Amino acid sequence: MGSAIRLRSAVALLGRFPALAAVDLDVAMGESVLVEGPNGAGKTSLLRVCAALLPLSAGAGVVLGADLSKRGRPHGVGFLGHAAGLYDDLSALENVEFRARLWGVPPSGAAAALERVGLEGPIRTVAVAKLSAGQRRRVGLAALVAVRPRLWLLDEPHAGLDAEARSQLDSVLEEAAHEGAAVLLASHEVEHVGRIVSRSVHIERGRLAGTAVRETDNAA
Amino acid sequence: MLREAFVVAAKDLRIEARSHVGRTQVVPFALVVVVLFGLALDPDRGLLTRAAPGLLWVTVLLTALLATQRSLALESADRAVDQLRVSGIDPAAVFLGKAAALSVQLLVVVTALAVGVVVLYGAVLASPLLLIASALVATAGLALAGTLYGAVAAGLRVRETLVPLLVLPVVAPVLLGATRAWEAGVGLAVSDGWPWLRLLVAFMVVFAAAGVMAFGPLLEDA
Amino acid sequence: MLNAVGVLGLGGLVGTVALGLGTTPPDQVQGELVRMIYIHPPLAWTAYLAFAVTGLFSALYLWKRQPRSDQIAASSAEVGVVLCTLTLVTGSLWGRPTWGVWWTWDARLTTTALLLALFAGYLALRRVVVDPVARAKRSAVLALVAVADIPLVHFSVKLWRTLHQQPTLLRPDPQIAGIQAWTLLLGFASLTLLYVWLTGRRARLEALVHLDESRALELAVASR
Repeated sequence: MGSAIRLRSAVALLGRFPALAAVDLDVAMGESVLVEGPNGAGKTSLLRVCAALLPLSAGAGVVLGADLSKRGRPHGVGFLGHAAGLYDDLSALENVEFRARLWGVPPSGAAAALERVGLEGPIRTVAVAKLSAGQRRRVGLAALVAVRPRLWLLDEPHAGLDAEARSQLDSVLEEAAHEGAAVLLASHEVEHVGRIVSRSVHIERGRLAGTAVRETDNAA
Repeated sequence: MLREAFVVAAKDLRIEARSHVGRTQVVPFALVVVVLFGLALDPDRGLLTRAAPGLLWVTVLLTALLATQRSLALESADRAVDQLRVSGIDPAAVFLGKAAALSVQLLVVVTALAVGVVVLYGAVLASPLLLIASALVATAGLALAGTLYGAVAAGLRVRETLVPLLVLPVVAPVLLGATRAWEAGVGLAVSDGWPWLRLLVAFMVVFAAAGVMAFGPLLEDA
Repeated sequence: MLNAVGVLGLGGLVGTVALGLGTTPPDQVQGELVRMIYIHPPLAWTAYLAFAVTGLFSALYLWKRQPRSDQIAASSAEVGVVLCTLTLVTGSLWGRPTWGVWWTWDARLTTTALLLALFAGYLALRRVVVDPVARAKRSAVLALVAVADIPLVHFSVKLWRTLHQQPTLLRPDPQIAGIQAWTLLLGFASLTLLYVWLTGRRARLEALVHLDESRALELAVASR
């Protein structure tokens, strides 16, 4: 299996603050990895670096074949942050359709994607401003389902979801990994998420510990 | 790239249609300004008629600032800009798409103002072709400049006060060109309005090029 | 080396003032007021030079992304704002007794005023952006757009004023020769040298700040 993420001594700055201070990480295609750690440890920054939303100040990074240190932009990265990235005045359906069009994917799959995350019926056609935080998160997830990224980056996706939504999220992630995509998710819910991922890494003060690097995977 | 720009523009216009901000806030703002000018200046109709094109375009300029801020706020509200970046679409497409949607909104404002100016200031639409052509190009120029400067000031807390300071001096040629063209178009000027159209086109081209080239780097730290 | 430039410039300026006020003869038409010519056009020239340098180094920064280019661009802009303001002030002071007005809407004056506004916007932006890389990038874009805009502004104002049959109140450049020409040349040269010196010093200061920030950053990364 190819490498989805490969970071070596990655340093990322938020202003003058080193959010990531020399991070080494490997994530292979088909793997799902949990990043856990205290608040302020750098989970969000790690995800943003992998999404090429936060530039590398030092070190090396290759995501889906794109070299981050040369300002390369990886293709096929799906990102779901704390904010769902939606347009308040548009409906759930319209938001997902727009995301599909943005990715060059037929928007007709939007309805099915919303169904997959448990949003059915009239709730799909009201402006997302009227939805709860959990529902918005599900719309954001549906947008990812619709475009089928090769790398899924999710920042605390389980937060604020009810039991049914959580199990749907889990099945979506398992399916994604099963289909060969890589999944990297940050979460506080170590016990719950630990069951659906292949391994977990611990981040603290901008550095990773735990089985972050695969020593055998030198050539990737 | 053009397809992507079209997708972005369509999204912005759909939001506009859905939220009615243009209809309920932006156009009324413009009309209120027109009325205020009427109050501030000599009620002598002669003065207002002569000043009508200038007042109209100053109003458009001020309105454009509002509309631009709104256009950019859409992307920062729920970090939608992250999704735009991650999707891999050409930043130039984002630039052109948003500027195009903004132009359409400004054209609506210009149309409403033209009606207002005819009614309130007694202007006469003598040369419609010149009026329409210059309005199209001028609003495009304003939209392009506004979108570009919005990106320059993206994510800054003081964006609301900074963008006007940055944009207004820069769009002075548009104000000059559009006003003079419209003065000719409403039969107020002796000289030809068409040379001004060339200036407006030059402005539009310069800012389209600048935005297309600069939007990528600017978006990198949005 | 840079300080030598400064000394030369300062010396030249003193010379210009001395010659301008003392040795050179008054004009037939403008009288003593013509002495402004030794200071006002040189100020205008250096203001535009400063602006051009900012534009040039902004382009260089966007191309090579070297902090040095950004530092020079910003320093030049700071000096340029001062020069621009002085240009407008001296222009006003010259104009008032000559034509009875503080301001005319001619192409040169109006363009210079807008140039000042653009410079001021550039500096305002730099004040507000904290991250050095973002600051450099954004102000570079701003500077280049402004450079592209200035010809448009100039041309539009010129077209505007010609169409309106502006009476030729535009500074009737007096005939100058001999000692006057030399004084004028000295004025141009000294102000240019002073500009180079001031910008150089400012850029050097900026480079030191940058160095300090980089060191602090390395410490912060290591200590995490």
